Amino acid sequence: MSAQNLTLVQAVRDGLHTEMQNDEDVIVLGEDVGKNGGVFRATEGLYDEFGGDRVVDTPLAEAGIVGTSIGMAAYGLRPVPEIQFMGFIYPAFDQIISHAARLRTRSRGRFTCPMVVRAPYGGGIRAPEHHSESKEAFFVHEPGLKVVIPSTPYDTKGLLISAVRDPDPVVFLEPKLIYRAFREEVPDEEYTVPLGEAAVRREGGDVSVFTWGAMTRVTMEAAENLAAEGVDCEVVDLRTLSPLDRDAVVESFRKTGRAAVVHEAPKTGGLAGELTAIVQEEALLYQEAPVERITGFDTPYPLYALEDYYLPSVARIEDGIRNVVEY
Amino acid sequence: MGTMNIETAEGRLEALRRMCTIREFDDTASELFADGEIPGFVHLYIGEEAVAVGACSALEDDDYITSTHRGHGHCIAKGLDPERMMAELLGKRDGYCKGKGGSMHIADVDAGMLGANGIVGAGPPLATGAALGIDQRGEDRVALAFFGDGAVAQGQVHEALNLAATWSLPAVFVIENNQFGEGTPVEEQHHLDNLSETAEAYDIPGITVDGMDVTAVNEAVAEARTRARNGDGPTLVEAVTYRYRGHFEGDPQPYRDEEDVEEWRERDPIETFFQRLRDRGEITEEEFEAMRSEVETTVEEAVEYARDAPEPEPEDAYEDMFADPAPEIAQFAERLRADGGERGGDR
Ligand SMILES: Cc1ncc(C[n+]2csc(CCOP(=O)(O)OP(=O)(O)O)c2C)c(N)n1
Ligand SMILES: [Mg+2]
Repeated sequence: MSAQNLTLVQAVRDGLHTEMQNDEDVIVLGEDVGKNGGVFRATEGLYDEFGGDRVVDTPLAEAGIVGTSIGMAAYGLRPVPEIQFMGFIYPAFDQIISHAARLRTRSRGRFTCPMVVRAPYGGGIRAPEHHSESKEAFFVHEPGLKVVIPSTPYDTKGLLISAVRDPDPVVFLEPKLIYRAFREEVPDEEYTVPLGEAAVRREGGDVSVFTWGAMTRVTMEAAENLAAEGVDCEVVDLRTLSPLDRDAVVESFRKTGRAAVVHEAPKTGGLAGELTAIVQEEALLYQEAPVERITGFDTPYPLYALEDYYLPSVARIEDGIRNVVEY
Repeated sequence: MGTMNIETAEGRLEALRRMCTIREFDDTASELFADGEIPGFVHLYIGEEAVAVGACSALEDDDYITSTHRGHGHCIAKGLDPERMMAELLGKRDGYCKGKGGSMHIADVDAGMLGANGIVGAGPPLATGAALGIDQRGEDRVALAFFGDGAVAQGQVHEALNLAATWSLPAVFVIENNQFGEGTPVEEQHHLDNLSETAEAYDIPGITVDGMDVTAVNEAVAEARTRARNGDGPTLVEAVTYRYRGHFEGDPQPYRDEEDVEEWRERDPIETFFQRLRDRGEITEEEFEAMRSEVETTVEEAVEYARDAPEPEPEDAYEDMFADPAPEIAQFAERLRADGGERGGDR
């Protein structure tokens, strides 16, 4: 098996490329995705290889881009629209929530919406507000949407291919902070990583730490530091936020009886609350401590001087985990 | 008009000075960005100075404007203070938004500046709302929205045009057609030769003017303002211009050649306006040099001010969430004191 050392954003490109080769119904569209290869270069070279009918430069109109994609999907194509930053998705929110998510139920299964909306999300790049926010919970809250966030190049390609092949709409959020942070072996040939399955990144018996996306690496670092203090963390990377891998969450929690959740998004209404409810519903009698939520603040994403406070840091994650363990 | 009545020689010199200030401010921002002093993204206005200054010189001081992600020029043209602007760019507490917004979010309601805007197309509805307020209260003001050629594709821009036209509001819409939305040329984004033809759909006047000529922009906007004040509703002005720098600082610009930029530079809005004023005997080369070095000093002082300004405090993040202080401020401050401010964040 041949493989290449790819960054996460190169793995996005590789995943798109693979599916565009496999299936001529796969069409990429968005602002500057074609001739210019995308703001983050996630679609670099695709225009030259597949042409302007399959890699479509659009006017600056998110509602139009996603709405058109929904129509393409209902028609029988497999559109993969790109939104340049997650914070620019709101003009398309109506189309995603009111239509993409509901086409199947509304038509009693006669219409489907096999579309993947890709958007880079998250902070740490020294830019304010729309350029850094993490609003995955909006989409998880809408039944009928799948929500995926990879944290490694290998998973990125495999999950993206699964998302493109999935018969239902997927919001695919890419952690732009780690787009180029590290490389990993990614097989040249096609493979899938199934949607809806979490990955245990580190096994441990003292406390379960649930996280995803760019926070996975910071959490792993905190876990290694804590190991030196004798605290043995199990780090679970959820990878798909909807549908959530409830079994993996519960299984880990039954083992440890303690949990922390790390996410960039604001605390209130964030997914840490949902994960807390799951462990209480399914494993209350195993619980030894309150679940710790290590998250962003309930504020808009601030400019850089406050960013290091806003994002969960290694030190803050360590503190939070210690709280759970020492309870 | 206010302090910049272009019908007087004094006003013309002030217009020239503001155009030079914008250029100097953004040249400096470019350097600071390259040196890593400015975080995030900066979108520079260099080359487009005649549009902001031409339009704002047709406004009164208490008129409103809305701006875009490329907003430094609008701010300076509307009379904002370069010191507090630069402090905002550097993310400092003395910036217009206390360093929380940065380049793309400068706002100053007192100066009638309702905000730069990180969301393309979001400004026109805000200007429409201000115009509705003006109309209902019967005030002698207008609201003007600047937006790009790319923004003309956004749905909410059309909603705003329709509302303002239907209600015959005192609004002015100014398209800055700088030939590109990021890397995509305007003709690949629209089916119109002139974007001002959009006005036909709303049965309002639309006009395309030379956006490299400050007096042409001024005349069109002055006429639009008069129309708005006479109760005859909004006007759509398209100013045809060009941005010399990349879309954002650091943009590799695969979509154009340096020659394209050079062609437009031959009609540089500052240079051509200066020459016209010189030929009319309103300014000499020496006076222009002196003006330029004054402007340099202004911007240098702005940089010093910004560098010396304090960083925001961590608890400032929770400030201004609501009129009532957020309860988190107290918890957060307590936690910071507990660990000596090392670790940040609430829990
Ligand atoms: C809703 C939204 N979509 C996308 C972007 C990213 N973006 C920032 S500026 C820009 C191009 C804007 O073009 P135009 O309106 O012509 O203004 P210009 O940059 O040329 O001044 C894009 C796509 C954004 N900020 N907001
Ligand atoms: Mg433009």
